[in-house]
Amino acid sequence: MQFGIFSVGDVTPDPTTGRTPTERERIKAMVAIALKAEEVGLDVFATGEHHNPPFVPSSPTTMLGYIAARTEKLILSTSTTLITTNDPVKIAEDFAMLQHLADGRVDVMMGRGNTGPVYPWFGKDIREGINLAIENYALLHRLWREDVVNWEGKFRTPLQGFTSTPRPLDDVPPFVWHGSIRSPEIAEQAAYYGDGFFHNNIFWPADHTKRMIELYRARYAHYGHGTPEQAIVGLGGQVFMRKNSQDAVREFRPYFDVAPVYGNGPSLEEFTRQTPLTVGSPQQVIEKTLSFRDYAGDYQRQLFLMDHAGLPLKTVLEQLDLLGEEVVPVLRKEFAKDRPADVPDAPTHSSLLAGREVTTV
Amino acid sequence: MSVVVVSAGLSVPSSTRLLGERLAAAATGQAPSDVRVIELRDLAVDIAHNFTSGFPAPALAEAMDAVTGADGLIVVTPVFSASYSGLFKSFFDVLGVRDREALAGKPVLIAATGGTPRHSLVLEHALRPLFAHLRAVVVPTGVYAASQDWGDKGLDARIERAAGELAALTGALSAASGGTGGGTGGGADGGGAISVTRGGAAGDKFDARNVVPFEEQLAALRSAG
Repeated sequence: MQFGIFSVGDVTPDPTTGRTPTERERIKAMVAIALKAEEVGLDVFATGEHHNPPFVPSSPTTMLGYIAARTEKLILSTSTTLITTNDPVKIAEDFAMLQHLADGRVDVMMGRGNTGPVYPWFGKDIREGINLAIENYALLHRLWREDVVNWEGKFRTPLQGFTSTPRPLDDVPPFVWHGSIRSPEIAEQAAYYGDGFFHNNIFWPADHTKRMIELYRARYAHYGHGTPEQAIVGLGGQVFMRKNSQDAVREFRPYFDVAPVYGNGPSLEEFTRQTPLTVGSPQQVIEKTLSFRDYAGDYQRQLFLMDHAGLPLKTVLEQLDLLGEEVVPVLRKEFAKDRPADVPDAPTHSSLLAGREVTTV
Repeated sequence: MSVVVVSAGLSVPSSTRLLGERLAAAATGQAPSDVRVIELRDLAVDIAHNFTSGFPAPALAEAMDAVTGADGLIVVTPVFSASYSGLFKSFFDVLGVRDREALAGKPVLIAATGGTPRHSLVLEHALRPLFAHLRAVVVPTGVYAASQDWGDKGLDARIERAAGELAALTGALSAASGGTGGGTGGGADGGGAISVTRGGAAGDKFDARNVVPFEEQLAALRSAG
């Protein structure tokens, strides 16, 4: 099982000091957080993609390429790559390039994005969001698998005799996850291709996440990729830890109370009761995270949101120390218990390469 | 026949709730204590949080399920600023965001209370368009009760008439859809007859049986090109 972190890349004032980091500080902080993730033994770093303030990561492969050069083992991913407003040709090229530079330590999570004006800024219509995701990915899927593509669709200029370069590393396309909070069409899309399905899981009650994952698993089996239990599932999580849970609550509350997305809404206590957010000791984080398996089944990837709401870099790095030293080692051991042998790990470049060699022999 | 009352009354006791209970008793023949009344007052904070957090707290979710699952609805609001109250509208806003089909095809009796009879047309210019938008089947007679109506015989007659219409519509639509709780097959509405969605598996977009297969989604794009 893979463990990692995902970042939204928001530039948010620290509510305890009123200070807002500069964009440069925030970008460098994201890099420092990624390097720390590798240092403490995590497997994955994923960055969001946004094209409006207060977010900085508009150019994920630039950032991930830089991180790739400074890491050895970390898998570089996204959370998410906008399959709706980006040109699928450019996604194909950017991530193949990143694959080569990172020696295959790359996968990508497709998402639609939920900011209305971003669509028209890129010449698209948000009402076509699902259709854009379907058609653009269908093209991307071919660009990574066919050397010469002739293509015509509804949303993009036709292609005649087009070759996306560079070709994927070892002719193995990056593994793809599809992220969606509430669109069954996207679970269906992930299942159809046998790709992974990621549920953000952090702002909504677990029973909703459970239903989306059950749908994906059922359809994954329907399309003949394996049993429902073998489908490739990823989940988000959100935690704030201190050795003593009271210290965690006291320190995190001012950030929670005004945080983007859920601030000025339900209390910290209500929100932790109703959603996967955990604020407490490492042991409480372990228990809550292990409980995800009760509704999601045995799954492949757990990403935590750690750097948001104006938390200072120093605090985030301390959180990552706790995550890497006290939480993840226990989670690896506990999640491995009673895990059926035929439930696969998340695909990586080397596993996909090995799998292809087996099937072609 | 299950009828649920949604009351946006704010005081305790509330004449808005009282009007809802009388309408329910007349429609179902049940004692007021046997009718489920959802007091939005008790859910006001949860409703506000639903706007900011995007999901309903457990008590609000349960109320939404009750409304979605009811055979018929009686909705009653006090008049504020010449319209329904903000709390009343907010409940149906978050309900519609959660499930845009929640009220589709459902018989709804609209009612309102006010301090003066001059606002009686609020039923026609505010409530009826709202529930038409939500694709409910709105009962022809709405009931407005001003303070002075509580000492007047005319209110009884209007309650009886509206309640009778609600009972008839609820019975007719239940029979047409083959009873409550699911019924006709899943997937897209074929058009024509009134689509009755009652919270069972048929209207559930997260049920694997209701998924539009991927090939169909892709093919629809190609033919649209």
